[in-house]
Amino acid sequence: MRRIGYWTRGYGERDAASVTRTTWQAWLLTDAPASRGQAAWGRRYRLWRDFSRNPLAMAGLILIVLLVLAVAFAPLLALQDPAAQNLPQRLAKPSAAHWLGTDELGRDVFSRVLFGGRVTLGMVVAIVLLVAPFGLAVGCVAGYAGGMADRVLMRVTDVFLAFPRLILALAFVAAIRPGIPSTILAIALTAWPPYARLARAETLTIRGADFIAAVRLTGASATRIVLRHIVPLCIGSLIVRVTLDMSSIILTAAALGFLGMGAQPPSPEWGAMIATARRFILEQWWVPLVPGLAIFVASLGFNLLGDGLRDVLDPKQR
Amino acid sequence: MLVDIRNLSIAFPSATGPSLAVREVSLSLGAEKLGIVGESGSGKSLTARSLLRLLPDNATVTADRLEFAGIDVLGASERVLRGIRGKRAGLILQDPKFSLNPVMTAGAQIAEAFRAHRRAGRREAKAAAIDLLAQVQIRDPARVAGAYPHELSGGMGQRVMIAMMLAPDPELLIADEPTSALDATVQAEILRLMEDLVSRRGMALMLISHDLPLVSHFCDRVAVMYAGRIVETLAAGELARAEHPYTRGLLECLPTLTHDQARLPVMARDPAWLA
Amino acid sequence: MSRLRTFAAAASSVPITLFGLVLVTFLIGRVMPIDPIIAIVGDHAQNDVVEAARLQLGLDRPLAVQFWLYVKLLMQGDLGRSVMTSNPVTRDIAQYFPATIELATVAILIAVAIGIPLGVLAAVRRGSWVDHGVRVFCLAGHSIPIFLLALIGLLVFYATLGWTPGTGRSDVGLEGMVPDVTGFLTIDALLARDWESLRDACAHLVLPAGVLAYFSMAYIARMTRAFMLDALSGEFVITARAKGLSAARVIWRHAFPNIAVRLVTVLALTYAGLLEGAVVTETVFGWPGLGQYLTISLLNADMNAVLGATLVIGLSYLLLNLLADAAYRLLDPRVR
Repeated sequence: MRRIGYWTRGYGERDAASVTRTTWQAWLLTDAPASRGQAAWGRRYRLWRDFSRNPLAMAGLILIVLLVLAVAFAPLLALQDPAAQNLPQRLAKPSAAHWLGTDELGRDVFSRVLFGGRVTLGMVVAIVLLVAPFGLAVGCVAGYAGGMADRVLMRVTDVFLAFPRLILALAFVAAIRPGIPSTILAIALTAWPPYARLARAETLTIRGADFIAAVRLTGASATRIVLRHIVPLCIGSLIVRVTLDMSSIILTAAALGFLGMGAQPPSPEWGAMIATARRFILEQWWVPLVPGLAIFVASLGFNLLGDGLRDVLDPKQR
Repeated sequence: MLVDIRNLSIAFPSATGPSLAVREVSLSLGAEKLGIVGESGSGKSLTARSLLRLLPDNATVTADRLEFAGIDVLGASERVLRGIRGKRAGLILQDPKFSLNPVMTAGAQIAEAFRAHRRAGRREAKAAAIDLLAQVQIRDPARVAGAYPHELSGGMGQRVMIAMMLAPDPELLIADEPTSALDATVQAEILRLMEDLVSRRGMALMLISHDLPLVSHFCDRVAVMYAGRIVETLAAGELARAEHPYTRGLLECLPTLTHDQARLPVMARDPAWLA
Repeated sequence: MSRLRTFAAAASSVPITLFGLVLVTFLIGRVMPIDPIIAIVGDHAQNDVVEAARLQLGLDRPLAVQFWLYVKLLMQGDLGRSVMTSNPVTRDIAQYFPATIELATVAILIAVAIGIPLGVLAAVRRGSWVDHGVRVFCLAGHSIPIFLLALIGLLVFYATLGWTPGTGRSDVGLEGMVPDVTGFLTIDALLARDWESLRDACAHLVLPAGVLAYFSMAYIARMTRAFMLDALSGEFVITARAKGLSAARVIWRHAFPNIAVRLVTVLALTYAGLLEGAVVTETVFGWPGLGQYLTISLLNADMNAVLGATLVIGLSYLLLNLLADAAYRLLDPRVR
């Protein structure tokens, strides 16, 4: 290695390279940053350095990036139309034509799993976009306002926390109508309370800090304090929570699909795919296992990533 | 020689390579009372704890010699170490609020120490625990024996701690800032009690503190540590003859009642001390 | 005395939560677009029959009054009738719930027996390959869908190796052989001294309970590790070691009792989580418990049964939370 470097680039060049490397590192890692920007980037660089040293966390990040890419380019990657039936070819073993075999209607399992990823990730993103801001708002308001508002909001939160997530979601979906929109709604309804709890706890600790008192003395309004000073400080733990929650959302959505209460066939949603292919488990076991593994991998990716993020962003929880 | 330390160094890993917390410390102790004085982070606790090999897992210890009563502590097996810990050398920690097990009664903790190194039945150990509590001048030993640590005051807790460490009748008592967490009025009482017990049993004492006059009052010799090194060792009566500027600085920083001082002097640290 | 008082204060919030619980299930029942009347009288009923049923159920009255009636019936233990079994829902639940409790209890025993030692080991050997192994094992437990694990379990242990019986709670030949006393098949078999049925019941329990236990095991191991790291960093551990105690004694007699109270809390919450996992597990294993009852009712839009089961599981959840709180307050000598 060193020899190649020596012959191809020569000493001078290599020194120049290492000098530029150390200067930008030094700029990032300096103890005395010259600007807020430098301090912020330095902090980010340090977090990234800690994060990238954790092999499990990096594995999670790579899994998620691959998953997102696969889902984004599903139409290009898929070998066939995920809905195209081919009855003579039903329940075929994995082969060159069908990398992961075919299902009971002769559809290509590989293509269906790819497109199923779109359904799952779409639902997860929708749920998180609904839930995280809502929970954050409820928690910050309850924590900052205190008093009656706090008590009422937290009591409502407790009621929703008192139900097991899956059970409440099942009851909701049953009351509306099974399908993807009601799955999103049902899981969102059951997923927000932990965010509210978290945001409230963070707000309570921040609210008493001296710098908040200082901001208040300058005449800042409550809205400004919450939006500009409290919410940004909650974001770190919120991101960790969201990442770890992703896997639980994926699992709940899949369980709903599996129980016939989530996305409905012929949608290639992973849980629903397993539900329909379940009866082939003893003979053509790859048909139900492949979407099951897809759920596992996606959920594991988010768990690994969240675990690594927690180590970096929330070291006291280690 | 009870304790013999030659060139002891203790290092911890850090982002910029290993950082030395104790640098080439040499120390020996017979049946005497030695005080080790220094500010926080000077390595005095680590030095004392290395004698029982009770350092954090990530510490790297090197020494030419680290011996307790002729036993090589660095090379000793866990089994041999357990024969030293408690049985031959006791360790008293700073704050009984944290150093006593919160979910075990005081009596049970003392009885456990007693039974760890002797063949004794439950009943005998319990009686011994109450007797030990009486020896550390607790008025109602039976009641205290049944109390949980959070039900005891700091002074009482430290007495329990002393009773516990005296239970197996050790030859050396290491007291790591035994009074720093206590009220000023209780401090002297505890120290006097400790000194009394140590003298009566003919034990050696290693008293670690940041309080130079206090230590010199109770010990025969004083070792002053700064930034991981012993900078000076003095007989307790000769503090006035201290040569190292750090020791002199420490002495000058003290408020005094005997003559006027406009302001307390502030220690001017010389980077050369670190060399 | 003061401990009892703080506990009473905690318990006083229960009625409010309980009220919320009932209100939520009631509202879910009413937002349902499928007309509850049709579910009772059938699709082809005459208009006057539908109207009569509507009046009988009080559906023409304001929502608040309907809620009051719902609560009043609930107080008498009346959750309505299940369309599917045509029994009162309360009786159905009494029949199905013991099977779920039996399954969840065995699962938590497995989870504790494996999870706690794993967590302690990981904490004691922090940073070693054992610690990383436990971490991966736990993360996998949090990531694997329980129905996938159940299907793999059936494929491997039943279909391929033949070590365990298949689905269900007992072999067809042994069904109904043991008199129903407690509803727990293992205990009933024990009471009847029917060893063959006992062996059979245990054999049927192992796989579903093991599958159900994995998630909880991962959670328990993880929490144990975190608590244990916290306890092991305590000064009192140094004291214990300085006394010359063995490593095992320091860990199990000093550090572990300090986390035991917090672990009890975790266990109560885990047990509640098992009830949720039981819904999916029971469906895969054909286990005749409350979870299966709930899913079958869901598929048949049998709303009284769904709401009844939901309410009962919610109640158990609440009760277990309360127990966790009580355990914490009563067991820890430090609680003021």
